Amino acid sequence: MSHDVLDRLRNLLGAAAVSRDPDGVPRAVPDSTDAVAATLRLAEASAWRVRLEGHGSWVPADAPADLALTTRGLDRLVTVQPADLVATVEAGVSMDVLQRRLAAEGMWLAIDFPGRPERTVGSVVATATGGALRAGFGPVRDHILGCTAVTGDGRVVRPGGTVVKNVAGYDLTKLQVGGFGAFGVLTTLHLRLRALPTADVTLVARAPRDHLTSAARDLADAGVQPQALELLSPAVAADSDWILAARCLGSEGGVAGDIARILDVADLAWSRLDADGAHAFWHLVTHAGSGAGMTIRLGVLAPGLDELLDLVGQHLDEGLIWAGASQGGMRWAGDATADALRTLRRLAAEREVPLTLERAPWPLRQVVGHFGAYREGVGPLVAQLREIFDPGGRLVVAMDEADA
Amino acid sequence: MSEALAAELGRIVGPRWVRARPAELTVYEADGLPTHASRPALAVLPGTRQELIEVIRLLHLASVPFVARGAGTGLSGGALAGNDAVLVVLTRLNRILRLDPERRRAVVEPGVVNARLSEAALPHGLHYAPDPSSQSACTLGGNVAENAGGPHCLKYGVTTNHVAALEILLPNADLVRIGSSSGDAWGPDLVGLFVGSEGMFGIATEITLRLEPLPAAVRTLLAAFPSIRAASEAVSAIIAGGIVPAAMEMMDQACVRAVEASIYAAGYPVEAAAVLLVELDGTAEAVAAEAGEVDALLRSHQATEIRTASTAAERAKLWQGRKKAFGAMGRISPDLAVQDAVVPRSALPDILDRVAAIAAHYRLAVANVFHAGDGNLHPNISFDGRDPGMVARVRAANHDIMHACLAVGGSITGEHGVGSDKLAYMPDAFDADTLGAMRAVRHAFDPGARANPGKVIPYHACREWRRGGTV
Repeated sequence: MSHDVLDRLRNLLGAAAVSRDPDGVPRAVPDSTDAVAATLRLAEASAWRVRLEGHGSWVPADAPADLALTTRGLDRLVTVQPADLVATVEAGVSMDVLQRRLAAEGMWLAIDFPGRPERTVGSVVATATGGALRAGFGPVRDHILGCTAVTGDGRVVRPGGTVVKNVAGYDLTKLQVGGFGAFGVLTTLHLRLRALPTADVTLVARAPRDHLTSAARDLADAGVQPQALELLSPAVAADSDWILAARCLGSEGGVAGDIARILDVADLAWSRLDADGAHAFWHLVTHAGSGAGMTIRLGVLAPGLDELLDLVGQHLDEGLIWAGASQGGMRWAGDATADALRTLRRLAAEREVPLTLERAPWPLRQVVGHFGAYREGVGPLVAQLREIFDPGGRLVVAMDEADA
Repeated sequence: MSEALAAELGRIVGPRWVRARPAELTVYEADGLPTHASRPALAVLPGTRQELIEVIRLLHLASVPFVARGAGTGLSGGALAGNDAVLVVLTRLNRILRLDPERRRAVVEPGVVNARLSEAALPHGLHYAPDPSSQSACTLGGNVAENAGGPHCLKYGVTTNHVAALEILLPNADLVRIGSSSGDAWGPDLVGLFVGSEGMFGIATEITLRLEPLPAAVRTLLAAFPSIRAASEAVSAIIAGGIVPAAMEMMDQACVRAVEASIYAAGYPVEAAAVLLVELDGTAEAVAAEAGEVDALLRSHQATEIRTASTAAERAKLWQGRKKAFGAMGRISPDLAVQDAVVPRSALPDILDRVAAIAAHYRLAVANVFHAGDGNLHPNISFDGRDPGMVARVRAANHDIMHACLAVGGSITGEHGVGSDKLAYMPDAFDADTLGAMRAVRHAFDPGARANPGKVIPYHACREWRRGGTV
């Protein structure tokens, strides 16, 4: 079987664009949207199961498949427009390459994703994994203006556009952001950028967890909203106690004003990090979970954080935890059994908190799914949408327990 | 349409809430855009969620198309129903169901007026950020359907950034809850997909919205410029400086003069080629510091006059002209076509030159008011709808303006929606496969294509979808 797959792919894409992964699965490395479409049309005609990969550093590249399709050949920065603060990039561009190029022109993509710096843009978007800066700059979906995606049967769709405000047509891009590739392969993304801030200041405070959540509430009550206000477990910050980190970005005067308010309102022993210290701190925090086997996120609002943190500690552990102390949202990394995840998912759902499995080895993804069980009425809609974007069921994605 | 259906609807909502006589239906013939008109067969005004469900179930069983409508302030001919369809008017579903200051969330029915939510949140130090110019009349259900914007969306985002969860009533009368209070979902982002679907996926019966804390300080600056180009460059310089104002709004001279000639006169400088409003908000310290930086940037970009307002009364005065600009322009001629398109911000000066040339070519008067920070322009064409030749020239001018915006990489609509008005331009904006995918997605929500039929997607331009989406 795999020899046949290899031969047909080589005929289609050329020998240089076809290889095998370490387990011997044929791997296609198409270098254009058209080549991705041709590959998926061939897969559809041949009834192959297809696994999608970026650099394979976030969601493990371990789903059972006849063909691995990687986006790493789609590595061009198509256009970068500093005057309009937008860029069009291919999905296989590494985030670190992108940010360096943007910084050279005074811009950045305001997403501080977890995981390794070389993660692809497509991976960050398809899994919707934002970091602490989502408090100030919004979740990943807010940064994506449009896309090109190839459906499981090789059709090319181009929803959205390249301007920062746009309501023409249905917003199909939203399905792709956080869709884990179940609605097609992202090949190109239109990004909304920000001007590099002229000031970027981080304050950190160490204290027992409940002191920090209380201080965060004081800040919220006073209407002080730093771009990041993240509660970090001791393991994440490599510290002896919990840490609350506040990060303000913007103009010199604006940031100075916000910092003054934080120091005035939140009764904590704050330390102000110097530029190098802040860079090292956020690097450590962002990449702390890279070695863990799995990552989940919980859609909890800030007032519910304490209770959810207790639940996570009780059913998983209090190891690697990042929590949005102002806008909510929590991420946990570590190792857990399917039963423990299902229990936590059920208890969280009773509190109106969705649990999303961001990454885990395939055996776990397969049995618990990225989203678990849908609410009443949602399952049939999602099933129909998946059929539209992958009519032959070619794309191996464990969206829900029904995929088990 | 049968009298029997009207009677059945009357049994659900009460006879007085069914409109069937032509004179009663006249009010529903158009929305805020005077270039499109269509009279529905019937209009029904359910007073409760349960009545709405029963109405939609009845229409489903009878295979009758329907169009959901809020306050009718839309500007794309989106909430118009033909004589084979029932207009479902949602203005009586106007309850704020919950307001949770601690979690900063509100749950509302679709007929709640936008500004009323901010009024209700005010005692808690909160507000609802998206602020369409029609906010004193438009409904939140309509805002969800259109993904409405507004001046303050530059900093705070448009409607889709503020909707956390929805209860939606599908055209087959099934209820589905999507999203969660946090905004995360048990599944893919169906809330993001539903917002902006222009009433073609179903009706939002319960809307969970984010509320934002009122800023501690707000300052508004008004600057006069000798050219639109100079004003546009000032806007770019402010954004490039890392400052994100709450709003940056521009008016051209024709617009300023219309405002100043009206009862909404705000004391704007009528000799200026462009007037720019910049609003900053945040902590008092940050606003004071950024106001200094913005003032310096405006002066270095040829601002000839700068006024600053810090008190609520002063700010209201500066904003009055902008917020009432459409009303002021309405005095100039019997009708006003408020247009909507987007271009890359750097293309604004060139596109405004082009709009002026197009208007001159068709012998039409145009005044521009626009969200300068995000390149969203609103060319407003004054005309007399009783003059068929003039109406044809307005249509031709709109066509040329849309294509000029698309040619520079823009969009045919930034916040008003496609509706009926922009339907013809969709094949110019999207290829046949993308339109086919949109049609197929609509089919997943509404296999009978009965919800707001004939809008947004020109079926003739869609490539056939293999499964799921073929109708």
